[in-house]
Amino acid sequence: MIALLLRDLKIAVRAGGGFGLGLAFFLIVVVLVPFSVGPQSSLLASIAPGILWLGALLACLLSLDRIFALDFEDGSLDLLATSPLPLEGIVSVKAAAHWLTSALPLVIAAPFLALMLNLPAAGYFWIVLSLLLGTPALSVIGTFGAALTVGLKRGGLLLSILVLPLYVPTLIFGAELARRGVNGMDTQTPLLMLAGITFATIALLPFASAAVIRINLR
Amino acid sequence: MSERRSLWEYANPRKFMGLSGTILPWITIAGGVLLVVGLIWGFFFTPDDYRQGSTVKIIYLHVPSALMAINAWFMMLVASLIWLIRRHHVSALAARAAAPVGVAMTIIALVTGAIWGQPMWGTWWVWDPRLTSFLILFLFYLGYVALWAAVENDDTAADLTSVTCIVGSVFAVLSRYAVNFWNQGLHQGASLSLDPEENVADIFYYPLLVTIAAFVLIFVALVLLRTRTEIRARQLRAYMARERMQ
Repeated sequence: MIALLLRDLKIAVRAGGGFGLGLAFFLIVVVLVPFSVGPQSSLLASIAPGILWLGALLACLLSLDRIFALDFEDGSLDLLATSPLPLEGIVSVKAAAHWLTSALPLVIAAPFLALMLNLPAAGYFWIVLSLLLGTPALSVIGTFGAALTVGLKRGGLLLSILVLPLYVPTLIFGAELARRGVNGMDTQTPLLMLAGITFATIALLPFASAAVIRINLR
Repeated sequence: MSERRSLWEYANPRKFMGLSGTILPWITIAGGVLLVVGLIWGFFFTPDDYRQGSTVKIIYLHVPSALMAINAWFMMLVASLIWLIRRHHVSALAARAAAPVGVAMTIIALVTGAIWGQPMWGTWWVWDPRLTSFLILFLFYLGYVALWAAVENDDTAADLTSVTCIVGSVFAVLSRYAVNFWNQGLHQGASLSLDPEENVADIFYYPLLVTIAAFVLIFVALVLLRTRTEIRARQLRAYMARERMQ
């Protein structure tokens, strides 16, 4: 499984893997926001947690169809499915690789973009914490969506339609946690709910993802 | 040896076609009659509410459609489970048939709610937990219908949508609690419940029950009709395939 993880990481980082595309998209979304809502620093500071969360979510979504598409096209997904590794483990590794290559850079970049949005310094910790805790759920849910649409010709748009409603609870609790943290309010409830969603999806969704891959490879 | 009769007999498409063909006209007529009776009773023979005026009467469309929008998803969940566990094609087709009807019910509930909200709350739309979770339910329906349409192989499509329906149900419930937490609402509490204190007044209650019964029957009739259409379409495809073979 570790070999598979390293292989996926290598493919993503090398040319043509699309590594960094999500990061560039995140940057562009955040840069476009002041153009669309105006440059007042107080307004930007108040909407910064929401913008960063929305940008991170969309950037994650952008790279989802790469999780299985390339492996499906060249047949390595069939080999993986017939390998002695359980398919549930394989999809978990795939989700972990997606998180490491797509979501983790966003988490690291978030404080710098928060700086551009005039977020008060006390908020950086909460932005990073909420993204760090919430993005694994985005990767795991997205892996399920990618597994559903793996065999389809024009799966990209369908993938977003299927995955975005599933992102709603994570987005609500993640953005709420960041907002409350920035404003110095009580953060315990959204923190626990976000952690609960993340760990529950990591524990349960790989079974659903593996099931739909078996159906798609049949 | 006597034949053991059970509900699963109707998983046989032929049996299902026989039974549904017999009862479909009756359900359709009963649903139509109840709808006309309930709406006329509700619109013309109940007094205006002392605060809301005549706008209260939209309840006879809003509550039944909202109820059926949720129950349609629940029915799809049960049908999906039956398909995944027992592989009865009629079950998968019924789930498929119910989805667009559920979409229509969700739209009716959202639109009637907006029409009522404009004079009463002074706004067409607020980000209230109930309204928002209905909008999310609508998105779930869209994804489900889109997935059915996108997958070419029928059995694969049935399997994928069934898993989607189950996962989606969990997330729909989760979203309901999330939006509750996220914003406090304008929407009133339950109009119908087993606790008589919470209920709307009897004079509005009885016509409401009639329209709810009407919506249930119309929903069942539409699902049966759509399922029958789909079974016929598959038979036709099978006949055409056989013809080409000869």
